[in-house]
Amino acid sequence: MSKERIKISEDLYDIMPSDYQDLVKSATYGKEDRGWKDIGNSKELIEQHSLCAGCPESMAFRYILASLPNPEDTVMVGSTGCTSLVFPMVAVHNIHSLFGNQNAIASGLKRALSVRFPGRTKDVVVLAGDGATVDIGLDMTLQAWFRQEKFTTICFDNELYANTGGQESGLMQKGFVAKMAPVGKLFDKVRLPEIARESGCHYVVQCTVSKPSLIEKVVRNAVMISREIGPTYLQLYTPCILEIGKNSMEGLQEMRDSEKPTERFAYKEYISEPAKQLLAEMAAKDKEKKAAAKQLASQGA
Amino acid sequence: MGICLPNPGEAHINGVIVPEEKAYEEAAKQFLMAKVPTIFPGPLVLWAWNEKAAKKATAIRHLYNTLKECVQPGQTPMLIPMPDYRPKYPKINPEVEINPNHPNLTIWHNKIDCCMFVGVHCHQANLALKIIRGGTSCYTVAMCAQAGHEDAMLSFRDASVEKIMKLAEWVRKLKGTVQPRLTSAKSGASN
Repeated sequence: MSKERIKISEDLYDIMPSDYQDLVKSATYGKEDRGWKDIGNSKELIEQHSLCAGCPESMAFRYILASLPNPEDTVMVGSTGCTSLVFPMVAVHNIHSLFGNQNAIASGLKRALSVRFPGRTKDVVVLAGDGATVDIGLDMTLQAWFRQEKFTTICFDNELYANTGGQESGLMQKGFVAKMAPVGKLFDKVRLPEIARESGCHYVVQCTVSKPSLIEKVVRNAVMISREIGPTYLQLYTPCILEIGKNSMEGLQEMRDSEKPTERFAYKEYISEPAKQLLAEMAAKDKEKKAAAKQLASQGA
Repeated sequence: MGICLPNPGEAHINGVIVPEEKAYEEAAKQFLMAKVPTIFPGPLVLWAWNEKAAKKATAIRHLYNTLKECVQPGQTPMLIPMPDYRPKYPKINPEVEINPNHPNLTIWHNKIDCCMFVGVHCHQANLALKIIRGGTSCYTVAMCAQAGHEDAMLSFRDASVEKIMKLAEWVRKLKGTVQPRLTSAKSGASN
């Protein structure tokens, strides 16, 4: 495990900024069952952020970073957008690609890592906004899926170009009027989860980030399936509270309202047959492990 | 034309190739003349990713301790880390760290007038050295583990534990023989 390399030189320990010391002392690198419940009990892999107050994207970042199964051996690929403002504060290797290029970069990266580190598990996770994933980078997104590249694509769907002032994006809902799209969207929201399924993704989920336990589950599943089988895709609703006229504390409610069964972000999931089998095997192993731990505990008592 | 990088056993001072011994002497002089001589260790030595890195860290601490012992009152040696290369603008705290994407902030804040980079990957060192050279009057030294840095005013090559220790020896050797620039109007970094 490369976690062993996350060690500060003893003679220079005292001059390291405290956030690095904390990362080494109490972050959850290498912890097998890491998850969102570690938030508050350990050093998070995100050190503050420069997003707007109350931005749901910051919640999504925290849950995702807490849920990555192998952060010390993960490389995240980002793209231009609000997400790119956060990556400098993230303690996971990351690459900022040209706008829209993220899935092409991730394809090459994943292949290079497999050649360079044949005996080690290296995960690649793309995290980009809807502009990068669905508009400007759609070609790269789809081609990576067609080629069955083994990495996870996560799209933070805020339904517009947020940090440039609110232009229309492919994932914007029909009829929505934004600051820089005064006529209102004339077309339907692009159905990327369905396109992902048809393009060869083995695990596709659309949801909001209102429930940390759900994000933990889907992130973990997506990474494990992409590691073993093929591409996976998560589309997470992270509303831009500024652009939809909400206050800082209203992001969570907006997500809860939008995930009701009749709403556009109702939970949607697709799992391919090989992926189902893998998840079943993982569940069985977890069960075995828990049973063994329980037995051990009862013997000790 | 640009400058040539030194061959093994050599260094460069302001683009002129010199024997390594001459560079040790000049680097030690610059340290002892500066009001705020500073060492910037980078990730290659701050993180104990192998045994050699940890040994270099020990040597850097020794050089810093030697500097502290050899300077005169009014001079304040510093040891400021560059833990990684993330562009943490504008969150960086220039009192406790330096970042290659805006190293001038740390130079200005601490009024550093002579610095040495060690354990920084070449491309990031080049970036930082260019920014410092362009935006401050700080004297730059590179203790480079590869072929040397043309953007530093003085550059060693093939940095090793022995070379860092040797520089410390030179600092000790020149102790008391160099007049610090404490009263110079333009001492410290300026923009």
